[in-house]
Amino acid sequence: MSPELEPDVADESKKKKKKKAEAKDPQAPAPPTLDVPAPALESKDKEKEKEKEPPASGGRLSRLRFKKKDMPGGLWLKCPDCARMIYRKELEEKGHVCPSCAFHFTLPGRERVSSFLDPGTWEEMFADLTGLDRLEFKDSIPYAEKLERTVKKTGQNEALICGTGRVDGRPIVLAVLDFKFMGGSMGEVVGEKISLACDIARTRRMPLVIFTSSGGARMHEGMLSLMQMAKTCAALATLNDAGGFSICVMTNPTTGGVTASFASVCDLTLAEPSALIGFAGPRVIASTIRQELPPGFQRAEFLLEKGQIDCIVKRDDLRETISTLIDYGTAAWEKYPAARESDRAETELDERRTEAEANGNGSHERGAVDAEVTE
Amino acid sequence: MVGMADETRKPDGGPGMAFEREIHDLEDQLRELEDLSKRTQLDISSEIDSLKAKLADKLQATYDDLSAWEQVNVARHSERPVTGDYIANVFDDFIELHGDKAFGDDPAIVTGFATLAGRRLMLVGHRKGRTTKDRLQCNFGCAHPEGYRKAMRKMRLAEKLGIPILTLINTPGAYPGIGAEERGQAAAIAENILGMFHLRTPIVVVVIGEGGSGGALGIGVGDRVLMMQYAYYSVISPEGCAAILWKDGERTPDAAEALRLTAPDLSGLGLIDDVITEPLGGAHRDPEIAYANFRETIARHFDELSAVPIDELVRDRRAKFREVASIEGRFPVIA
Ligand SMILES: [Zn+2]
Repeated sequence: MSPELEPDVADESKKKKKKKAEAKDPQAPAPPTLDVPAPALESKDKEKEKEKEPPASGGRLSRLRFKKKDMPGGLWLKCPDCARMIYRKELEEKGHVCPSCAFHFTLPGRERVSSFLDPGTWEEMFADLTGLDRLEFKDSIPYAEKLERTVKKTGQNEALICGTGRVDGRPIVLAVLDFKFMGGSMGEVVGEKISLACDIARTRRMPLVIFTSSGGARMHEGMLSLMQMAKTCAALATLNDAGGFSICVMTNPTTGGVTASFASVCDLTLAEPSALIGFAGPRVIASTIRQELPPGFQRAEFLLEKGQIDCIVKRDDLRETISTLIDYGTAAWEKYPAARESDRAETELDERRTEAEANGNGSHERGAVDAEVTE
Repeated sequence: MVGMADETRKPDGGPGMAFEREIHDLEDQLRELEDLSKRTQLDISSEIDSLKAKLADKLQATYDDLSAWEQVNVARHSERPVTGDYIANVFDDFIELHGDKAFGDDPAIVTGFATLAGRRLMLVGHRKGRTTKDRLQCNFGCAHPEGYRKAMRKMRLAEKLGIPILTLINTPGAYPGIGAEERGQAAAIAENILGMFHLRTPIVVVVIGEGGSGGALGIGVGDRVLMMQYAYYSVISPEGCAAILWKDGERTPDAAEALRLTAPDLSGLGLIDDVITEPLGGAHRDPEIAYANFRETIARHFDELSAVPIDELVRDRRAKFREVASIEGRFPVIA
């Protein structure tokens, strides 16, 4: 999925053997190297797929498999960082953070939305937009079919979830890339929805918060997917001109065309602990330079040390930290008029509506937009 | 000057050019006949003429029916004109400006003032090199973050001076290495893409050979995006795509086909604005024709853009990429 890569073909064949066993779904980008933690969802999907396998009759291998199925394999999983076995329920309760080493597993998109926003404030937008197989792209199966299956499997139309909500009372536009939908890869719909989120943030004068987890551009859409890098940046440029404020939180993993476009040029770049963040995948780098990569390479801590990100924020602290950052980012908004008078009117209308709906939610009436309304 | 061919060129143009074998055989035969005629004063002009006709037919037939993968190999041909060749042969003058004034001077991207048929421009181009020495020195056109930052710095200077920008894309991709990641390869490319949407001066982009993904797009945002006829532009290399999706390097030609990466494909999708015609069989077969077409097309686009008020130009540039290849009514419009 990382778009950039000129993988060494000889090396690829080596990888192939390894991959055959682990990658049932060719779409879910395999974890780039062995030392890199596999995103939680991938293993979950694998478990599910294993369960789907028919219990074959006879044969040592199938008996073994059958046995494995009988074991509560789906209930336990191994932390890729500390190797401890974790009870899945416990992991979910802990917000998908390893209870022993605090490794941050990839969070499913819906859980990100519900855990980050104030309860009852989420209003999803553009959920009906679906991907199109405009190139009639076909590898082992046609991309159109792949899309259809993924929609069925994930219960959502595309890899990006966006809408509006509140964080500790502050209205925001929220966009979340969901790794379980084709590795959070960016095609036309993802690019469009990020751009629409920028437009909403601009016209309603709300801060924009983006969470990324992505393998990069979706190669099944060819150049249409590469152009989403430009499209999202064009929308961000216009948001910037209107005095918007944007934060991107990079989570494990964020690579390729997503890192090389909107994710890296928001006003603030945050990361969750130990998230893999990079342009090229570690495996491609290792095969290009033919040497071992330094420990911790491309992890959030490494990037912080190299001066590439603003700060690392633990999952538990995200709501509080981002609330505070929004206050800084929008503190001067009152000094400047909204981009257009009509936008302001729309903002006020929308705000009143949201307030009426969120009534009784006890939300703190803070933040720039609220201040404008009470003027 | 960069990229000049002062070394014996490989006659075959690279391992992927095997599909031209019959053409090469005919060319060899023709050369032998011409030598023979010179040496012996024999009158074999009719044989030579008929062989020439046969060669022309073969070339036409081969290139009429060029597969996407064959075309990628023409774009990578070892004799194909590179940025240095365009600098030497198309422009009236060139003054190279080095360095990002922060980390270093990436040889994989060349920047400087250039004049095209009387028009002063800022030229930014991937430098791929042609000779082995050149290629090694400039990392085969794979730029590091400092290359993209150098490009942005010079483009901002151009904006300040009111000089239009011409970028030449020719890269297999941005360099995947430890230093590149440490210094923020992704951020450097992203900053350029965003930054180019803010530049208040006309920008014309031309893919002259390989348009390798984000590494290409890092200098690829413009008011006009053009491609040389046999160039390619792709989200991933066909090799990379075959390895990831097909898990089989042998399927590279299928990946090339599926990616729709040729100039006619991309033109059909509405992703590029114009295609610069090359001589039959590729720019390297008659570079002067390629240079003349290039000069004429670029001049025309800059002349058209110079008539557009700057606010409108920047707005249109954003709209062009915002609505890229869109299908009427598919996506909502937030005014
Ligand atoms: Zn752990």
